Amino acid sequence: MPLLDVQDLRVHLPVRGPVWSRPTVVRAVDGVSLTVEAGEAVGLVGESGCGKTTLGRAVLRLVEPTAGRIVFDGRELTKLERGALRGLRRRMQMVFQDPFNSLNPRRTVGESVGEALDIHRLAPTRAARSERIAGLLTSVGLDPAHADRYPHEFSGGQRQRIGIARALAVDPQLLVCDEPVSALDVSVQAQVINLLRDVQRERGLAYLFISHDLAVVEHFCQRIAVMYLGRVVETGPSRAVCRQPRHPYTQALLSAVPVVDPQSKRPRIILTGEVPSPLAPPPGCPFHPRCPVAEGRCRTEAPALRMGSDGRAVACHLAGD
Amino acid sequence: MPLLDIRDLRIDFGSTRVVDGVSLSLAEGGCLALVGESGCGKSVTALSIARLLPTPPARYAAGEIALQGRDVLRMTPAELRAIRGGVVSYVFQEPGASLNPVLRVGAQIRETLRLHRPREAGETEVVRLLKQVGIPAPEQRTRDYPHQLSGGMQQRVMIAMALAAAPKLLVADEPTTALDVTIQAQIIELLAELRRQLGMAILLITHNLGIVGDLADRVAVMYAGQIVEEAATGDLLRRPLHPYTQALLRSAPILGREQDRLEAIPGTVPVPGQWPAGCRFAPRCPMARSECREQVPVLAPCGGDRLVRCPFVET
Ligand SMILES: Nc1ncnc2c1ncn2[C@@H]1O[C@H](COP(=O)(O)OP(=O)(O)OP(=O)(O)O)[C@@H](O)[C@H]1O
Ligand SMILES: Nc1ncnc2c1ncn2[C@@H]1O[C@H](COP(=O)(O)OP(=O)(O)OP(=O)(O)O)[C@@H](O)[C@H]1O
Ligand SMILES: [Mg+2]
Ligand SMILES: [Mg+2]
Repeated sequence: MPLLDVQDLRVHLPVRGPVWSRPTVVRAVDGVSLTVEAGEAVGLVGESGCGKTTLGRAVLRLVEPTAGRIVFDGRELTKLERGALRGLRRRMQMVFQDPFNSLNPRRTVGESVGEALDIHRLAPTRAARSERIAGLLTSVGLDPAHADRYPHEFSGGQRQRIGIARALAVDPQLLVCDEPVSALDVSVQAQVINLLRDVQRERGLAYLFISHDLAVVEHFCQRIAVMYLGRVVETGPSRAVCRQPRHPYTQALLSAVPVVDPQSKRPRIILTGEVPSPLAPPPGCPFHPRCPVAEGRCRTEAPALRMGSDGRAVACHLAGD
Repeated sequence: MPLLDIRDLRIDFGSTRVVDGVSLSLAEGGCLALVGESGCGKSVTALSIARLLPTPPARYAAGEIALQGRDVLRMTPAELRAIRGGVVSYVFQEPGASLNPVLRVGAQIRETLRLHRPREAGETEVVRLLKQVGIPAPEQRTRDYPHQLSGGMQQRVMIAMALAAAPKLLVADEPTTALDVTIQAQIIELLAELRRQLGMAILLITHNLGIVGDLADRVAVMYAGQIVEEAATGDLLRRPLHPYTQALLRSAPILGREQDRLEAIPGTVPVPGQWPAGCRFAPRCPMARSECREQVPVLAPCGGDRLVRCPFVET
């Protein structure tokens, strides 16, 4: 049984247009199914605005799903009362995409990290508490002597690491990481990724790891799910997907990864056509308006995510044949 | 005369120095990338150009920042207002913290237009700017509040707002961290285009060495409040000379390469106020000799138009 089992999840968010128009919804997540095993890292990648953050927040019920099921460790979260949910909160944590707004500006970072320990009564004594806070800050490369500083006194990348320390504090089983290393230079990033991997191995922590950095995802995650306009269009072992992407969107995405060495540049697949909006998703395959190989039925019939024998799945009428 | 010429800039927070003698120069239409370890002083240096640091706690301890030949550190409040936006505009590192949460994004862009290009301050131009940065359905998005946008959309709104002022110098602090690689490529292409067409100069702060190669002519590498190496982009990426730059380039994960652990630079970054004597990188440097811990290295020319802060580099 997977640790996290998301089935046909939909999150439709209301938006108000001009006063005279009817209220509409953004189909931020539009039928996503996904599993994460205990101790597994699953990468979630996809176009900016395709619904990754909304999906991550829905898993923790920080935003209410419109439809679908979320089962965590055998319990259906979508049915739980707020009280019962609180008990599970410690076991699922999130590292937010926007570190500045997710830290309380009026609390020192030591207080922010310690707060989680207090809520869940994880530090029996004052000494144990400060020792744990110092250990967490050190593990993400920060000076424990800075625990009494406020968030605005840190650099962007330092704040991002405070968010990671805070999420790890309560020893969760599932960590939803939303762009956790995007503000870090590659050396500090390497240090943090190595730390996350150590925690994964030592304590069996599982990750839903949202990132735009495909090299990091390929390195860190065992499996990968590629999203496009609220849906998963391809999943599989991350190595295999990155080496031989099958969905035309995944192919275009991988071809656009910038390379440091100017000599090893590959041809980029340039996507043309109007970028669709989740306010009015196109009929048929959501990718067809920009797809270089789309044909007739792609414009009318939405392809299902079909599981192949090799543990890979693609939602494309034309892939694999 | 360069558009921007920073000379020996020193900035303190309280009694702690965080930027320690930085010199940078950028010509009209040029693009300089500033890279380096998290917390080394890149954003603080960048914010000083339009004197955006709150004083106190910050203090400009020494140096000069010449923008179009005039020292920003001596400007009056009125002169500062005149350069902010119109001459230098910013894409801030954390878009979520920089956009006004209670104003619709269209109104925020229109406000910038009203200040800097009043004749074009209408809905049409707002929509054009949003479209230019790849926001889908821009006509509808102008009515959204920042929290209704994804992280990458907020970042693109910030870019659109910075470009709305038609600046001579764009300071872009990690402008693509929330963007997927296809939209990132589109934004880089747009910035390159604006350089060519309008001669807009760019100070690009990024940890993404791939986009450094795509956009910048020169790169300055910072470590612990100082510049440790500066060179033309191709030279620096192909043949880094300073041991820190070399280690940095080795740490990047590469798509398709199997690696159990990533190669992080051993040890931790020294925090401001506790910078080691001698060479600040020496405690973590694989090539450090005993002299390195005592002698303070200077940023010295090192063949061609390269500068390196290490007396022992092999050229
Ligand atoms: N208000 C402040 N008070 C005290 N120290 C500060 C303040 N703002 C920044 N600092 C310190 O100044 C140093 C430089 O910060 P800066 O934001 O310039 O780093 P950076 O190079 O941009 O890092 P990053 O890549 O993580 O964004 C950091 O060590 C930070 O802790
Ligand atoms: N509170 C909200 N109200 C209305 N629309 C929202 C809200 N939050 C998100 N959206 C919309 O939902 C869609 C998905 O947003 P989400 O933040 O999940 O994208 P994302 O994949 O995380 O993108 P990015 O990579 O840019 O962070 C976007 O169109 C966004 O504008
Ligand atoms: Mg997001
Ligand atoms: Mg910064």
